Amino acid sequence: MELFLARLFDGLSSGATYAVIAVALVLIYKATTLINFAQGELAMLGSFFAYILAIEQGIPLYLAIVLAMLLSAVLAAGIERVLIRPFDPADHLPLVIITLGLFLVINAVAGMIWGFDPRSFPRMFPEGDVWSMGIARLRWYTVGTMATVLVLLVLLTLLLKKTKIGLAFRAVSSNLESSGLVGVRAGPTLQFGWMLATAVGTLAGALFVADPFRQLDPTWAQRVLIFAAAAAVLGGLDSLWGALAGGIILGLVESMVVGYVDWIPNQMGLAAAVVAIIIVLVIRPNGLFGSKAVERV
Amino acid sequence: MTDATTSPAGSPASTGKPILQVSDVHAAYGMVRVLHGIDLEVRDGEVVVVLGANGAGKTTTMRAICGLVDTTGSIRLDGKEIVGKKSADVARLGVAHVPQGRGTFADLSVEDNLQVGAFVRKDKEIRSDIDRWYEVFPVLGERRQQQAGTLSGGEQQMLAVARALMGRPRLLLLDEPSLGLAPMIVQNVFRNLQSIREEFGTTMLVVEQNANLALGIADRGYVIEAGRIVLSGTADELSSDDAVRAAYLGY
Repeated sequence: MELFLARLFDGLSSGATYAVIAVALVLIYKATTLINFAQGELAMLGSFFAYILAIEQGIPLYLAIVLAMLLSAVLAAGIERVLIRPFDPADHLPLVIITLGLFLVINAVAGMIWGFDPRSFPRMFPEGDVWSMGIARLRWYTVGTMATVLVLLVLLTLLLKKTKIGLAFRAVSSNLESSGLVGVRAGPTLQFGWMLATAVGTLAGALFVADPFRQLDPTWAQRVLIFAAAAAVLGGLDSLWGALAGGIILGLVESMVVGYVDWIPNQMGLAAAVVAIIIVLVIRPNGLFGSKAVERV
Repeated sequence: MTDATTSPAGSPASTGKPILQVSDVHAAYGMVRVLHGIDLEVRDGEVVVVLGANGAGKTTTMRAICGLVDTTGSIRLDGKEIVGKKSADVARLGVAHVPQGRGTFADLSVEDNLQVGAFVRKDKEIRSDIDRWYEVFPVLGERRQQQAGTLSGGEQQMLAVARALMGRPRLLLLDEPSLGLAPMIVQNVFRNLQSIREEFGTTMLVVEQNANLALGIADRGYVIEAGRIVLSGTADELSSDDAVRAAYLGY
């Protein structure tokens, strides 16, 4: 029982962090129907912004994170305007290449500025456990991350469902040409999508490196992006709540498989989780919560 | 506008002032030139139909008006030049376009489709307008929370028309509203268009292959062939024109 709980809490903990980054990926996918490969690096950059504001400028941590979210959103607005908007949004290949290029550039620039020495990010949540039983520890970090993701998802859902910019966002993502015909300007709407996704990514990055077991360096996002993309695909790429479910399932499968299946070594935990995802996708090609494209003529 | 073939004064709606003036419009998709100098005019309160065979340039004409294709020449809306404007900006000037294939937001609900149709409006009557369309098309009211993509073709066409009219446009462009619909549904769609015109006095430019039905609700019409206007006149004149009868009416 104790061991099971320990694995459960471990799975939840890593799952919640996969989920936040997956949410950022889903946002940009909903806006543009493409995977933004630079999303992880933007989140890394955002986590550095928060670190510098909090540690070097001495701004209180939560305020520093909010400022970093705004700062990264402004940066994303610029990237969208200069690098993305000149291209036809319906032609995906050039855009994918651009996000790949961004991935490399951001990573290199961050490395040049901040170096690759790990730094310790300030704690966002109290140290210690909410509840523990032997080796099974439910950490404040896990609970705090989960709570943040839930609040974030509720706010994003309200934003997309109840506001005018949310309606524009959904219209552009549903039918680009028709949204122009009703007067929705695609450029600013997609720019809003980039800003929103990047701000969420910054929050995700701060949450990720705020884990006392992790450290801040310019490479942290590279591994995580793959897990987050897997979580997003599992949940159904266009579903925000699916991203949460996908992240948690990925985390749980990872910790349970390694824990209970003897012949799978530790290092193969995530690989096993990804195999599980492939099996799910064979059965449900749109992911667990993804919307099927329905069209009757 | 220089159009020697336009009907003489005296046709029922020719007294309204021109809303749309298209003159010498050329358009191309890349290297393929489709329009070779289109001239046409729509006046306030009129329903004007554009007839023509497949590939004649009917849809391209509509797309040129909406800023969806590279265009040269002059297109004036209420006297204001709109060539070169983006489609969103043309829409904001009061042109609503129901594109071929209807262009519904398939994964948005019926209600959200209507909401987004009113995107550029700032007034407080959006809700009452939506409710009015639910009265006009009760089936849309019954399915307001359903994904638009799950509606039948005829229902989607009505939704597309209602969505376009939610913007309270100066001019409604309808591109082949009968396309892909069963004959009975087509009758129904045109009956609805007729009653919308009677009730709201909406100005419409309709592209249609079903010339019979289209001329039935139109005041005037143009015939387009290979990217040029070859004939124009009142609906009655076109209906009785031998060439039009042979080519488009089938009797």
